[in-house]
Amino acid sequence: MTLSYTRADFQTDQEVRWCPGCGDYTILASVQQFLAGLGRPREEFVFVSGIGCSSRFPYYMNTYGMHSIHGRAPAIATGIAATRPDLSVWVITGDGDALSIGGNHLIHALRRNVNIKILLFNNQIYGLTKGQYSPTSEMGKTTKSSPFGSIDHPFNPVSLALGAEATFVARTLDMDRNLTQAVLQKAYEHEGTSFIEIYQNCNVFNDKAFIQLTGKEERVHNRIDLEHGKPIVFDEGRKAVIMRDGQATIVDAASVDPKAILVHDETRPDPSIAFALSRLSHGPFGPTPLGVFRNVSRPTYESEMSRQLEEAKEKRGPGDLGKLIRSLGTWTVDEAGAITEN
Amino acid sequence: MIRFAGDSGDGMQLAGSRFTDASALFGNDLATLPSFPAEIRAPAGTLPGVSSFQVQIADFDILTAGDAPDCLVAMNPAALKKNLKDLRDGGTLIINRDAFDERNLAKAGFDTNPLEDGTLKGYRVIEVPMDELTTLAVKDTGVSGRDVLRSKNFFALGLMAWLFSRPTQPTLDWIDKKFARNPAVAAANAAAFKAGFNFGETTEATRTTFEVKPATLPEGTYTNITGNTALAWGLIAASQKSGLPLFYGTYPITPASDILHELSRHKNFGVRTLQAEDEIAGIGTAIGAAFAGSLAVTGSSGPGIALKSEAISLAFMLELPLLVINVQRGGPSTGLPTKPEQSDLLFSLYGRHGESPIPVLAIASASDAFYMAIEAARIAVKYMTPVLLLSDNYIANGSEPWKLPDLDSIPEIEVEFAKHPNGPDGKFLPYMRDFDTFSRPWAVPGTPGLEHRVGGLEKEAITGNVSYDPANHQLMVDSRAWKVANIANDVPEVEVEGDEDAELLVLGWGSTYGANRAAARRARLEGVKVATAHLRYLNPLPRNLGDVLRRFPKVLIPELNTGQLLKHLRSEYLIDATGLNKVMGEPFKVAEITAKIMEMTK
Repeated sequence: MTLSYTRADFQTDQEVRWCPGCGDYTILASVQQFLAGLGRPREEFVFVSGIGCSSRFPYYMNTYGMHSIHGRAPAIATGIAATRPDLSVWVITGDGDALSIGGNHLIHALRRNVNIKILLFNNQIYGLTKGQYSPTSEMGKTTKSSPFGSIDHPFNPVSLALGAEATFVARTLDMDRNLTQAVLQKAYEHEGTSFIEIYQNCNVFNDKAFIQLTGKEERVHNRIDLEHGKPIVFDEGRKAVIMRDGQATIVDAASVDPKAILVHDETRPDPSIAFALSRLSHGPFGPTPLGVFRNVSRPTYESEMSRQLEEAKEKRGPGDLGKLIRSLGTWTVDEAGAITEN
Repeated sequence: MIRFAGDSGDGMQLAGSRFTDASALFGNDLATLPSFPAEIRAPAGTLPGVSSFQVQIADFDILTAGDAPDCLVAMNPAALKKNLKDLRDGGTLIINRDAFDERNLAKAGFDTNPLEDGTLKGYRVIEVPMDELTTLAVKDTGVSGRDVLRSKNFFALGLMAWLFSRPTQPTLDWIDKKFARNPAVAAANAAAFKAGFNFGETTEATRTTFEVKPATLPEGTYTNITGNTALAWGLIAASQKSGLPLFYGTYPITPASDILHELSRHKNFGVRTLQAEDEIAGIGTAIGAAFAGSLAVTGSSGPGIALKSEAISLAFMLELPLLVINVQRGGPSTGLPTKPEQSDLLFSLYGRHGESPIPVLAIASASDAFYMAIEAARIAVKYMTPVLLLSDNYIANGSEPWKLPDLDSIPEIEVEFAKHPNGPDGKFLPYMRDFDTFSRPWAVPGTPGLEHRVGGLEKEAITGNVSYDPANHQLMVDSRAWKVANIANDVPEVEVEGDEDAELLVLGWGSTYGANRAAARRARLEGVKVATAHLRYLNPLPRNLGDVLRRFPKVLIPELNTGQLLKHLRSEYLIDATGLNKVMGEPFKVAEITAKIMEMTK
């Protein structure tokens, strides 16, 4: 059934309470816009979040939703998706929620390939608790809890997801609504776990963290837009990516044979080259790939679970409780107390 | 009562449970107490490696696995050392003589050979060269090398079958079925079993000692069942009675894992099991499944329940139905993972952050697990709340005959998902409470017009919107507590058994059920007036409990903890009861409770 929705149909009557200027507003608008365009019945969407600024998201979506506990949204979403393959289940999480306290659930959801869509808002800072370093904050970052600079080596979320063999991995920017729409579309169509890292500006505690990718002058030089089937070139054609010694390497486009330039193939079964691309940047401080890194097909967790249930029913017939409680062998005691083995 | 004891690799659990099943088929009432080390294979021949299985068989209905065994099978010196103290005076010892070499004696810490130094005076000792006889028995069956002696547990079992006049055919049939894939092993085990039986027959002197007649059980059809299996079946029954698909999200932990194993076999019942990445994910997936409309269950033991604590409070806040099973074991921390204890009671009642009083139910015996699983499910879905269901390792792994119920007589569990908006202007109000139960509507995703958000933040009454309003928080804390307290009006009153005019009431909960009643029965035989009562509902407590407690001048509460129910009842009723407490990783012996009853009624 295709319904005609506008963005307003996906808005709630709750006042949106992020700080003015927060990147979350743009992402919210993008997602509402995207869902409205699908024309799928609103009641079939479920948004699950953990704890953090981004995790308020479900309160602003006029769908089914749950604002749960810190880090556990992928587990809860797994329970929903595993029991209700008819629903479209989304996880809204942040860098602290998904990569620190909830790291375990994230990697296991990815490896199981549960049909959930994970949007990780990465602002590289703890916002809700007012400004501590996060697992994606750069080394040396000075924050309230690291006055002498962070000594924690950060995660690269895309590398992490690829390492867990996620079947769909992408990165986008809060401000780039076109790219976000395009990535959401592919993520939605993908059967299995879709992982999208969204660089999201926290203008209060970590402003301009992504300026190299959003600034008018900087972005031209630093955005590496991955397009399936096309050679990876950027900086207005001046730079290119090639594979050298097993690593993805940035070179002057003019210095190499055009055939040597890596052609992006998001459907490669092996994640190694996608991983190599993810290593081009260690945070948004220079040339950084954006777009879909990996998009491959593998049976989803719930389809396998449903298949086993169906097969069991076919083989053994629908469950018969009376038979079950007699399955370990029974004996009968008659009126006189005599016993017969059945 | 018989105890099989040997090395944990000797197959004592297998021998014990086979003996149990053969006895059940013979019509004896029975109760079992498996005891095995936490290590899967502790070093062979050592004291920590001793595994044992005790079974009481009788021609009257029995309530526990018994105290002092009448007969002990000791497969090696360590098994003898560890179990001899429990054997009653004059009891029979079956000893594998071949294992009593210098090396094994040293490993068990014997300076001299107990077979020769008079240690065993006062017992009837039957020395059997089990290794040798087993080797001879299996020599034409095709097994070789180390596999030969693997069959010696069946030799022991055969000998016991003869001594206790057990039928042999069920065990031989069982061997054929169990080892069907490995005919050589099947043949070896059958040969060893027969050899053991025949050995008994040729050593005539022992023949007349043991004659256990079939018990007179009430008319009906029976099966022999462990608590974990009964619990799994009860969950399936609850799923059928409610029409809700069953979902079990969990993480493996001793002694709860068998529930997962059992449920995962029954996919044709529509049962979905999910082995999660950790305990928190186990309950997380269950909360998701509950939100989406399943009968959602998670299970664990103490350490895992601790990890789930935050999520239990979330389920309480969301007001979603959820079953949380705790198969208790010895704690704290890893503690005694394979031993029973009742030390999670206060943790169950109070062990959550915030004001979160959830219903707590406790299973009394193996077969009771079937009914309590259904009851816990009924309460969870009717009152939209997580429910904690307590078992313990004694219930979980012990078995008893279960008179099979008429399944049609078990009431349906009524569940009605919200289908239509319940507020003005077609609005859906997710926290509009039912007038009678005070529970909120269960609106599952996919239902048009009922889109709503739930969450851990405090919610405004009726609308469910986030609210920081002080008066609203007070109202919601009170509402949630009142909803749970009100369940007392929907559960049976506590019943008193025995002498109404007794001076002493023995009150129990959980797995002390059988021991308490057996002790009271023994005391009555001594002419003492005593009553018993048993709690299956720990929160809310049965509404007549205060009156019952005040009716008796003295109250005794035996518990496998340091006095947790006692403390709780004191705070609830200002009743000064007496505790009988033990934390030794084993159930009460009936004699212990009887002695306390005698002392208190002197």
